[in-house]
Amino acid sequence: MFDFLTEYDVLGAFWVTVQLTVYSAIGSLIWGTILAGMRVSPVPVMRAFGTAYVNTVRNIPLTLIIIAMSLGLYQTLNVALAGDTITTTNFRLAILGFVLYTSTFVCESLRSGINTVPVGQAEAARALGLGFGQVLRMIVLPQAFRSVIGPLTSVLIALTKNTTVASTIGVAEASLLMSEMIENESDVIGLVFMTFAMGFVILTLPVGLLLGRVAKKAAVKR
Amino acid sequence: MSTEASGSGGASTATPPMIKAASVDKYFGDLHVLKNIDIEVPRGQVVVVLGPSGSGKSTLCRAINRLEPVDSGTIEVDGEPLPAEGKALAALRADVGMVFQQFNLFAHKSIVENVTLGPVKVRKVSQSEARTTAMELLERVGIADQADKYPAQLSGGQQQRAAIARALAMKPKVMLFDEPTSALDPEMVQEVLDTMTSLADEGMTMVVVTHEMGFARRAAHRVLFMADGEVVEDSTPGDFFSDPKTDRAKDFLGKILTH
Ligand SMILES: Nc1ncnc2c1ncn2[C@@H]1O[C@H](COP(=O)(O)OP(=O)(O)O)[C@@H](O)[C@H]1O
Ligand SMILES: [Mg+2]
Repeated sequence: MFDFLTEYDVLGAFWVTVQLTVYSAIGSLIWGTILAGMRVSPVPVMRAFGTAYVNTVRNIPLTLIIIAMSLGLYQTLNVALAGDTITTTNFRLAILGFVLYTSTFVCESLRSGINTVPVGQAEAARALGLGFGQVLRMIVLPQAFRSVIGPLTSVLIALTKNTTVASTIGVAEASLLMSEMIENESDVIGLVFMTFAMGFVILTLPVGLLLGRVAKKAAVKR
Repeated sequence: MSTEASGSGGASTATPPMIKAASVDKYFGDLHVLKNIDIEVPRGQVVVVLGPSGSGKSTLCRAINRLEPVDSGTIEVDGEPLPAEGKALAALRADVGMVFQQFNLFAHKSIVENVTLGPVKVRKVSQSEARTTAMELLERVGIADQADKYPAQLSGGQQQRAAIARALAMKPKVMLFDEPTSALDPEMVQEVLDTMTSLADEGMTMVVVTHEMGFARRAAHRVLFMADGEVVEDSTPGDFFSDPKTDRAKDFLGKILTH
């Protein structure tokens, strides 16, 4: 019944999805944390930038961002991110787009976490002579992360599914292969759908379980 | 023989007061919370600041390490004017210990980590040396056996003593206490006051905002009474309690001492 699968590299396509997700997740966590730092910074210019960035980028459809990466950055400005073939270039541009977009959600989750940390602790840290960056890094963010593991899990799961948008600029991830198979294997469309839906569930379920466990552990330790 | 040693130039060689505030004003919007404050605290002095709620006691305390910037006037700590935000300010804050009403221990760090953080990150003391000092301080405030617990696992009194140890670990020149016992259950007030009293006996310069009149009588060298952002009385505890000069102070004492 699943014979048709042997003709396609389904695992390979999902492997691209995994790579897109992992690189984008790492980038989004880093850039999102920096954005959150800007949004709570005492420097007005940084706060203004952080706020403007989040409110703009968060409200642009992801598809537009991904297309803009390809059309705007690559084809117009010739930014190829050191990719030597069109495949690697698009792969990297897609990651950049996911990072720019997903980081806004990471930032906003973190910011709500930062608000749960009593200001008194930050004041006590400043009173010890720690600078703003140190207070953020050592006192505020570690506690903020712990309190937003749940929301961050949702952001990462959404990211995993959002990577399908990369197909619009030809990145050969799972959903691109799915479209191809739907055309070629029209008699087993149901099975094709099921295969890919299962694939995504298999990818995202462990993320939720793992981070759920991390959250539980973090909650005990304080 | 330099001219500094004699006559008018003498100010530069005399030890400066530990804290000096001159013509300090502070507003929150339209609210004038510190009005032309002039005080000098010599080193080794224990000053208790009394006054009704909202009179500006906390703001004064916080202004001394610039957690709250003032609008005009100058504040000096050990002869150094408070620097603007930045590295120099951080260095000054490291020399000024602060103890808060709400303890403000770092919830995700163990008690001993709370105490070692400042020395390691600000004073660049080695981790092992910081730990040794921290354990001595925890011993001194009587909670060495709680060193590896987290703040939430301690009683309020123990948390506040840990907070005092955390501040002392920086080897501060002066300690500020903003109502250190106000958030404590009554049975825990004494243990914290005892810690503070022994610190006073060792010669620490202290500014203590408190409603504990017993502590003011026993440990303070000087009482400042504030009302509406002004220092209304500045006297010894003996004089202040037996013979308050102003109606506001009489009224305040009447309310405090009758309940
Ligand atoms: N961050 C702030 N913003 C606005 N008003 C404040 C702030 N902090 C304190 N105040 C006001 O300033 C006055 C003095 O406050 P505070 O110094 O805390 O008094 P105290 O410690 O003597 O009770 C009060 O009226 C208080 O409401
Ligand atoms: Mg107060």
